[in-house]
Amino acid sequence: MQHDTHTHGIDMAALGRSKQGLSLADETTAIEVPGLNLYYGDKQALFDVQLNIPKQRVTAFIGPSGCGKSTLLRTFNRMNDLVDGCRVEGAINIDGRDIYRKGEDVAELRRRVGMVFQKPNPFPKSIYENVVYGLRIQGIKQKRVLDEAVEWALKSAALWDEVKDRLHDSALGLSGGQQQRLVIARTVAVQPEVLLLDEPCSALDPISTLKVEELIYELKSKYTIVIVTHNMQQAARVSDYTAFMYMGKLIEFGDTDTLFTNPAKKQTEDYITGRYG
Amino acid sequence: MSVKQNNLKSWYKSGAPGVWMSGGAVAIAIIMTLGLLAVIATRGLGHFWPADVLEADYQVPGEAPRVLAGEVVQVEEVPRARLAAAGLPVAAEGGEFMTRELFKVGNRELLGADFSWIVGEWLSNPRTPEDMMVVERREWGNLYGYLLRVEEQGRLVAEGADAWPVLQQRIARVEQLHGQLARLEKKEVGRINHGLERLRLEARKLELQGQLDAAAQAALDARRAELDAEYKVLEGQIVELYQQFNRDSMVVRVSDGRETRIELGKVVRAYRPNAMGPLDKLGFYGLKLWEFVSDEPREANTEGGIFPAIFGTVLMVMIMAVIVTPFGVIAAVYLREYAKQGPLTRVIRIAVNNLAGVPSIVYGVFGLGFFVYVLGGSIDQLFFPESAPAPTFGTPGLMWASLTLAILTLPVVIVATEEGLARIPRAVREGSLALGATKAETLWKVVIPMASPAMMTGLILAVARAAGEVAPLMLVGVVKLAPNLPLNGNYPYLHLDQKIMHLGFHIYDVGFQSPNVEAARPLVYATALLLVLVIALLNFAAVYIRNHLREKYKALDH
Repeated sequence: MQHDTHTHGIDMAALGRSKQGLSLADETTAIEVPGLNLYYGDKQALFDVQLNIPKQRVTAFIGPSGCGKSTLLRTFNRMNDLVDGCRVEGAINIDGRDIYRKGEDVAELRRRVGMVFQKPNPFPKSIYENVVYGLRIQGIKQKRVLDEAVEWALKSAALWDEVKDRLHDSALGLSGGQQQRLVIARTVAVQPEVLLLDEPCSALDPISTLKVEELIYELKSKYTIVIVTHNMQQAARVSDYTAFMYMGKLIEFGDTDTLFTNPAKKQTEDYITGRYG
Repeated sequence: MSVKQNNLKSWYKSGAPGVWMSGGAVAIAIIMTLGLLAVIATRGLGHFWPADVLEADYQVPGEAPRVLAGEVVQVEEVPRARLAAAGLPVAAEGGEFMTRELFKVGNRELLGADFSWIVGEWLSNPRTPEDMMVVERREWGNLYGYLLRVEEQGRLVAEGADAWPVLQQRIARVEQLHGQLARLEKKEVGRINHGLERLRLEARKLELQGQLDAAAQAALDARRAELDAEYKVLEGQIVELYQQFNRDSMVVRVSDGRETRIELGKVVRAYRPNAMGPLDKLGFYGLKLWEFVSDEPREANTEGGIFPAIFGTVLMVMIMAVIVTPFGVIAAVYLREYAKQGPLTRVIRIAVNNLAGVPSIVYGVFGLGFFVYVLGGSIDQLFFPESAPAPTFGTPGLMWASLTLAILTLPVVIVATEEGLARIPRAVREGSLALGATKAETLWKVVIPMASPAMMTGLILAVARAAGEVAPLMLVGVVKLAPNLPLNGNYPYLHLDQKIMHLGFHIYDVGFQSPNVEAARPLVYATALLLVLVIALLNFAAVYIRNHLREKYKALDH
C-alpha cells in the first residue's frame, strides 16, 4: 500500500508485520459495547463508549495516562465491581448476553474472560499450584487432568522448558518475565474465550517483553485478546486493531495499520506522533 | 564560636542525636531485662545448691551456751542500737554495727521454727563436721544431725560408721516403695474411684429419668461389686506396702544433744554436704533442679516441685490459643473483608481496641459471673442433673480460665489479623478473582494463608499476655493445690471442669500465703524464673512457626 511512506516514525516492515488487509467489517464480534458510561462516584470516567471487539484478533487500547483505557478493559470482566462507588450505565454483550444484567454469575464470567495485570501477581505457592489454581476452584481434582493442564498451559505460555524441572518450587523464585508468563499460563489454563492484558509488559525488561509479545502473537489464534499498552510500538507490533482513547472517550478505532499510518482524527495523529501524552 | 555552633548544628542535623538516643534506650532496655533475669536466676537457682552445714557454739550473754547447726542463708549488718531496742542483751560499747545472720536450723518439731536470726558476734568455734547429715523429709522440713543407728522394726541393724551406707540403701528401697504406693494410690485407686463416681452418677441419672428398675439396679450393683472387689485386692496390696514402707527407722542426735527417731518412710533423702566434693554437689544440684520441675509440691508448696503448675499453665494457654484464634480471625475477616466500612465498623474497632485496655481482674469478674455461674450453671442443669447439687461446670475450672483468657486476648488477635489482611496486595486478590474464584474462595485459598504470619504474631502477643496473667484466674479456676493433672488416663482424658495450678498464682501463693516465708522466698524466684522460661518457650515456638510461614508466604513487594 501507499502510506508506507508516512508511518510517523514506526517502520512497520522492520517490525516484521506484513499488511494483512484486515477490515473491521469482516470480523465476527466477541465483545459488543453498544454504549457505555462509567462513573467513579460523581466523576464520569467513560463517555458513551461504543465499539465491537473482533473475535480471535488482538485489539490494543492506547491513549495517554488516565484516559480510561484500563477502566474500559476492566469492565469486560467486571473487575470494576471491586472499586467502591463505581457505577456502570449501559451494556456489554459477550456471546449475545449482557454481562451487567442482574443475576450474572461474575465468577463464571471471569473464568471465560481472563485477565493479566500490569505487575506479575503469582500466588505465593508453587508453580504447579499457580497454574492449577483456577482448575481447583472449578473443583477438578484428578491428578492426571491437572498434570496435563499444567504442561499444556505452560507450553502455551512458552514457559514449560524453563520450569519443567522445578514445577514444585515457589513461583516467587521466577524472574519478572517468567512470572508474567506464568500468570498468562495460569489464565490460559482455565481455557477462557477472551484474554484481557492490562499493560502486561510495563514491569518487564526488553527481552521478557519480546517473549510476551511473541506469546501474544501465538495465542491470538485461539483467544480474543484485548491489550492495554502505553507503548505505541508494542501496539503496532502485536495488535490487529487499535482503539485510541482520550479523556474517557473513544476517539478512533480501526485496523492498526490504518490507525498508525493514516489516522482519521487529528487527536490520534497528535498522540502517535508524540505531540502529547 | 560560630564554627562550633555550626558543628553542633550539623551534628544535630545529621540525625546522630536520634541514633544515640535510640541506641541508649535499647541498651537500657536490654540491661534491665538481663538484670531482671540475673536477679531472679541467682536468687532462685542458688536455693538448690547443697550449702555446707555450719556448726558453732552460740553464747547469748547471760545465758547458757548452746550448739547451733544449720545453713547460713543471709548475713547483714545491723546497727547495734536496733538490736538493743529489739530487747537483745547487747553490750553498750563496741562498733556501731553488728552482724546478724539468718540460720536455717531445721528440726522444726524440736526447735519450733526452721529459721533463726542470730548475732554473729556471739558465735564461736565454727566448724563443718564431715558426718553432719541433712535429712530431707516429706513433712516437718529438713533435719540436721548426726546419724547414730539404723533400726528395723526396733531391732538394731547398723551403728556408727557402718550406719551411713546401710541408711542410703534403705532410703533407696523406701523411695522405690514410695513410687509403687504413689502409683497404686493415685492411678489405680483413682481409676476405681472414678469408676465408682461414674456409676453413682449413672444410677442417679436413671433415677431422675425414672428408669431405675430392678434390672438396671442389678447391673449397676454388679459393676460396683466388681470395682469393690478390685479395690479390696488393691487395699490389701497397699496395706502390705505400707507395712514394708514403715519398717525401718533411724536414730539421730541433733546439735543440742537430743536424740530423735525418724521413720525412713518419711525421708526423701539424706546427704552429708560437708563431705561432698564440688562434683558431688553439682550432681546433687542437678537432681534437686530436676525434682523442682518434675515433681509435685510438698509442705504447703514450700518443698518439692511445681510440675502441676507448669503443666496447668501450658495446658491452659494452649486451650486458650485454640479458642481465641478462630474467633479472632473470623471477627477480623468479617470486619475487614465483609462488613461495610462506615461509622458502625469504626465504633466496633474502637470498642475492640478499648477491650484490650480493660483491667484483667474485670475479665475475671465477668468470667465468674457469666461463664461460671450463668453458662456453667446452665450446662450443669442441662447435662449433669445427676451430680447436683455438686457443680460440674458451674464452678471455676480449666475451661472457664481458658475462656476468660481467650476474651482477654481476643482484641490482640483481631487487631493483628486485621493489619495482616490489610497488607495483602490488591494485585494478588485480583489475580485470584480474575481466575473465576469467588470472594470466599479467594479469602480461603490466598488471602488467609498469606495473612497467617500476622495471625501468628497476634497469637504470640496473646500467649505472652495470657501466660503471665494471674488476677482473673484466681476467680475462674486456678487454685493453690491441685496435684491431679487435668489430663490423665481416665475418661474423658481432658478434664475441662477440673481446677488447675498456675505458675503465676503459685508465685503469689508461695510468696504471700505461705506459713513458712523464709523457706518460700527462694522458691518465689525460682518459680518466677520458670514462668519466664515457659513463656519464652511458648513464644519461641510461635515465633518459629511464624517465621516459617513468613518464608512460605513471602509478600510480593519486590
